Amino acid sequence: MQAFLKGGTSSFASKPSKETASSSGRSQTKKKPTPWVEKYRPRSVNDVAHQDEVVAVLKKSLHGGDLPNLLFYGPPGTGKTSTILAIARDLFGDMFRERILELNASDERGINVIRAKVKNFSQLTASGTRPDGRACPPFRIVILDEGGLHDFSCPDACGHACILQAALRRTMEKGSKTTRFCLICNYVTRIIEPITSRCAKFRFKPIIAAVLKERLEAICKAEGVLCDEKALSEIIKISEGDMRKAITLLQSLARLRGSEEIVLSDIVDISGVVPEDVIDNLIRVCHSDSYDKLDSTVQELMAEGHSAVQLLLQLHDKLVEEDKLGDNQKSVIFEKIAVVDKCLMDGADEYLQMMALCTVIMQQICHADK
Amino acid sequence: MSLWVDKYRPTTLQKLDYHKDQAVHLKKLVQCGDFPHLLVYGPSGAGKKTRIMCLLRELYGAGVEKLRIEHQTFTTPSKKKIEISTIASNYHIEVNPSEAGIQDRVIIQELLKTVAQTNQLDTSTQKDFKVIVLTEVDHLTKDAQHALRRTMEKYMATCRVILCCNSTSKVIPAIRSRCLGIRVAAPSVDEICQILQLTCRKEGLTIPREFAKKIATKSDRNLRRALLMCEACKVQQYPFSEDQAVAQADWEVYLRETANMIGQEQSRKRLVEVRARLYELLTHCIPPEVIMRVLLQELVANCDGQLKSEVTQIAAYYEHRLQMGQKAIYHLEAFVAKFMSIYKRFLEEGLEDLF
Repeated sequence: MQAFLKGGTSSFASKPSKETASSSGRSQTKKKPTPWVEKYRPRSVNDVAHQDEVVAVLKKSLHGGDLPNLLFYGPPGTGKTSTILAIARDLFGDMFRERILELNASDERGINVIRAKVKNFSQLTASGTRPDGRACPPFRIVILDEGGLHDFSCPDACGHACILQAALRRTMEKGSKTTRFCLICNYVTRIIEPITSRCAKFRFKPIIAAVLKERLEAICKAEGVLCDEKALSEIIKISEGDMRKAITLLQSLARLRGSEEIVLSDIVDISGVVPEDVIDNLIRVCHSDSYDKLDSTVQELMAEGHSAVQLLLQLHDKLVEEDKLGDNQKSVIFEKIAVVDKCLMDGADEYLQMMALCTVIMQQICHADK
Repeated sequence: MSLWVDKYRPTTLQKLDYHKDQAVHLKKLVQCGDFPHLLVYGPSGAGKKTRIMCLLRELYGAGVEKLRIEHQTFTTPSKKKIEISTIASNYHIEVNPSEAGIQDRVIIQELLKTVAQTNQLDTSTQKDFKVIVLTEVDHLTKDAQHALRRTMEKYMATCRVILCCNSTSKVIPAIRSRCLGIRVAAPSVDEICQILQLTCRKEGLTIPREFAKKIATKSDRNLRRALLMCEACKVQQYPFSEDQAVAQADWEVYLRETANMIGQEQSRKRLVEVRARLYELLTHCIPPEVIMRVLLQELVANCDGQLKSEVTQIAAYYEHRLQMGQKAIYHLEAFVAKFMSIYKRFLEEGLEDLF
């Protein structure tokens, strides 16, 4: 380990000429490489996209200089972390780094660690003035983000997760003088009742296409990226209201194309979406009522490395709109899709699950009575 | 003397034999000296690792090829010691966290933190970041994956993570949305043929086109397996003849025989025999899901239409159970027993129809 950490410099010293030669072109334009997701995180609550109701409420409480304990929930990439960071920035100005404590899964956990950390953090008094003399609220914010909350949530093994959550509630009350908690999670149902009742709950909704488009265009302009109109709407379609996904995708595409314009065909390559004709072909094979053909097609699909979950998603979209299938047939197929999805999540073999699904689809298309 | 697989592994992006468009893309990606976190996925033997190493070489120069193996010890909160081996160069470190079993979260937390929190001393002449290559990400526990998500964002300035896995289904969406996905499809049969011929030429051997094709089809589009098979065949008999038998792994033959046994007779006695054979396979470390898959493919061949889909359903059902459960043998056996009963019923019905 030590050698790995230090090694970079020693090897460099032994052959400096080669290194400088290869990196000379880059060194002039050296900037800290920041992902655009971080670079374009909203700096102030006003910049938070699309969550108007949440922002309105929060602004009111900002006005009063006080915050309740917060619980943010909503799908990924809708701005939960961004919002709390923006609030902290608005409240504390430059000193916001000292006033927040982020607890997440990358730190060591266990309730004792959390308790100790929160205790130490909340015991420090927070002054009511900023260094520059302006007033600021006299409390600190503890952010327990999704990853951190994972340990507090009750997935399937509700044993020790609930204990952790239960322990948290007392901690929350005890620290209420100097600390506010902000919990961030995807599903509010994973959090036990006593905790939700101690927090002001805010739901973050998926970001609509128009807002996404506006943001992406702004970023394109700021970064000098050329992006085709069609490509942009494809990015938006793929990201399904997830701002982070959209921006990450845009950045990858921009890196890939360099100064050229981003076009539609690049996106399919990079976004992990299964090409449309592959799906069509699969459905066509299901129509043929031949198990052997199906077998070879699914094997082919797996060899191509397509993700089964993505396949399910697109297959589902496709079959919903299929006119030839009756309601009964569709419901049988979709039930199977749900089962297969669960199995895949549990780590079942992709080939077997896809075969099981496809045989059901084939059965329904070719043999079911409507 | 090294195996052909290692000896002729391409080392730069230009030298890659297939997916050339993708290679160009990757080259562009690293050209500006920076790239996002990557998630490389594809079936085994498709060249994921090769591509990652090429990418790193492109990024850091020949220095990445000086590898050393290190053993590190981590202590879990419950004071248990875990030992894990890493492969590292001065610029990157490669870990397979799933070696640690359910304690992989500790590895992720500790290792990533130590690597990611150290800044490079002299950033003017080197890259700002190191690369952490995590293999078999699909075997990571959910806990460990959650531990990854924020680390990936937080230490973006000092490290990049390259994740390598067979399928993205088992990777949580939060990680998928933070990475640029790179799909490495398996090479086609023709591509494998070409590579086999090329490799043989480099070795100073000649390989008939037909024979190369035979190996390629047998390899299930797995390039590594194809090359290994080819080398094995060379040891067996050289010069190659077109009708030479391609050496197959013993376990495959054994598994096929087992499937045949199930098809021939459905009785309690046979079930016990099959059970012994399954145990034999498991003790030789053949993954149970592979056993299940091959069994299905073999058994289905003897069935007709309706029965085929029924058998597929039960195979999928028991394989899922197998992943959830602890001991593979129960579920494999259950599948065999279930198949026997279905098949027997089917045969009896067939007989009744005759009379």
